[in-house]
Amino acid sequence: MSQNTVIALDVKDVSVAYGGGRLSLRQANLEVRGGSVCGLVGMNGAGKSTLFKTVMGFLPPLRGTVQVFGQPVIRAQKAGLIAYVPQSEDVDWNFPVSVREVVMMGRQGKMNWLRRPNAVDHTMVDESLERVGMNAFAERQIGELSGGQRKRAFLARALAQDGRLLLLDEPFGGVDVGTSEAIINLMGELRREGRAMLVSTHDLGTLETFCDEVALIADRTVLLYGPTAEVLTAENLAATFGGRSPLHAPAAKKLEARP
Amino acid sequence: MNLELLLEPLQYDFMTRALLVSALVGTVCAVLSCFVILKGWSLMGDAVSHAVLPGVVISYLLGLPFVIGAFAFGLLSVSAIGFIQSRSRVKEDTVIGVVFTALFALGLVMISKISSEVHLSHILFGDVLGIGDSELWQTVIAGAIALIVTLLLRKDLLLYVFDPTHARSIGLNTGVLNYVLLTMLALTIVTALQTVGVILVVAMLITPGATAYLLTDKFSKMLWIAVACGILSAVIGTYGSYFLDGATGACIVLVQSILFVLAFIFAPKHGQIARRRQQMAERADELGEGGPPTAPRPVLTRVRTSSKGQASD
Ligand SMILES: Nc1ncnc2c1ncn2[C@@H]1O[C@H](COP(=O)(O)OP(=O)(O)O)[C@@H](O)[C@H]1O
Ligand SMILES: [Mg+2]
Repeated sequence: MSQNTVIALDVKDVSVAYGGGRLSLRQANLEVRGGSVCGLVGMNGAGKSTLFKTVMGFLPPLRGTVQVFGQPVIRAQKAGLIAYVPQSEDVDWNFPVSVREVVMMGRQGKMNWLRRPNAVDHTMVDESLERVGMNAFAERQIGELSGGQRKRAFLARALAQDGRLLLLDEPFGGVDVGTSEAIINLMGELRREGRAMLVSTHDLGTLETFCDEVALIADRTVLLYGPTAEVLTAENLAATFGGRSPLHAPAAKKLEARP
Repeated sequence: MNLELLLEPLQYDFMTRALLVSALVGTVCAVLSCFVILKGWSLMGDAVSHAVLPGVVISYLLGLPFVIGAFAFGLLSVSAIGFIQSRSRVKEDTVIGVVFTALFALGLVMISKISSEVHLSHILFGDVLGIGDSELWQTVIAGAIALIVTLLLRKDLLLYVFDPTHARSIGLNTGVLNYVLLTMLALTIVTALQTVGVILVVAMLITPGATAYLLTDKFSKMLWIAVACGILSAVIGTYGSYFLDGATGACIVLVQSILFVLAFIFAPKHGQIARRRQQMAERADELGEGGPPTAPRPVLTRVRTSSKGQASD
């Protein structure tokens, strides 16, 4: 596959800080190839969300570079190559917009300067709503949705963007089993369409079902990345999760250890 | 019987002019108000409107159009607020309060120093019935610019107000959008100065939007409803003030407040009556009054787990 030779995301030696002196990401390196899915795994506070914000250009790197399909991030964003779904949406849920209008916002960067949607935009919005199973809720005001439905709505907006690289920060956070299965299926489809993805998650159990590669992140830097099977060893996970691997530690032992 | 009395104001040239100007002002303010209330900039609007006072006085002293001085001080106040806030730990509303009261006080001192020729009340409370040719044109031009720019950019401005993170992630320049919106806010305030005056401008900038927000869940409709409220109250207020012989700005604002109260009570979905009715209906459903008989509920008994510790972790 020729697509796999393209580098979708190239993070080189990146360090960032949130204003203060302490670095929140230390010399992180990561490569995601075109058409592949990379899982980003690490404990809370390891720096996953920070890495996403850095890739999006919200936090300017103090050192190092980020390139998306060989271009600077801003250029890639203007070209509509990247779609980003943050860990939690920081929006006013009483805002007078419907689900359909939110999804249409994913198309806005591609419209002419008057921002009038054309036939393609409408089709894309309908398809995206369909793919996340939110057709029936399209005309609802966004506050009138459950947590999982809100997550789906914003996922639909990212789909409508039709980006070549999708950045999903904890898409399984706070959703039920049904929704998380639906998201995994969706990621499979997107991968077959040749889109690259970077997906952070806590759920080690499902990693192997949808990831080509895994990056381990701990103590504010990327420890290691590579093919899923090679990376997910007991030893590596132990290093990531501070001493013991949540995947490999035998359950019986864990119980005995308790008083 | 009173038809003659009611039509009387329309015979006068100054009255038709006043009606047209206040309708325009009502329209521009209404459009901006939709963005202002969604962005949470009510206090910012209040601040900018007070901060323009020294600008008006300086324009008067230099013989410049009042619009220019007012607009300059509007932008100055916005920049000062942004500058201080980004460089100190003081919260935004505090900074806004400090800056605008300082500039307003400066304006008051200037007025008290320069003779009694300038009518304090005209600047503070507006005087659309006595609007001169020059002020009329300044108002129309400033208003037209604010209206056209805001409407042309409304989609991007709306996206910026709703979700700045997404706006940035699709490559929009949110810094520019922020300043465009602030500039349009200042320009709109300048437009409304001659009609309602410094002190009450902020009502024009929030009340129509707030009323519309109670009446709909769609932004496009919200814009139209706000504009309708803006024009209606401008016309009724101006008309009414003819009989009161003054206080036009206050009359307009009063009509707007009445419209807001009506929406607060009677709005079809978010009004008090509708909310109460919906609560009652839901409660009735839950309590099963008149509803279909509920299926017998499965009885759950406590299950003892054989291997303890399974449920932990
Ligand atoms: N807004 C912020 N300001 C300052 N420090 C932050 C901020 N957000 C995160 N951090 C710090 O950056 C580090 C990484 O956090 P984050 O990327 O959110 O972790 P994760 O997403 O992996 O749970 C943490 O040490 C956290 O304290
Ligand atoms: Mg996070």
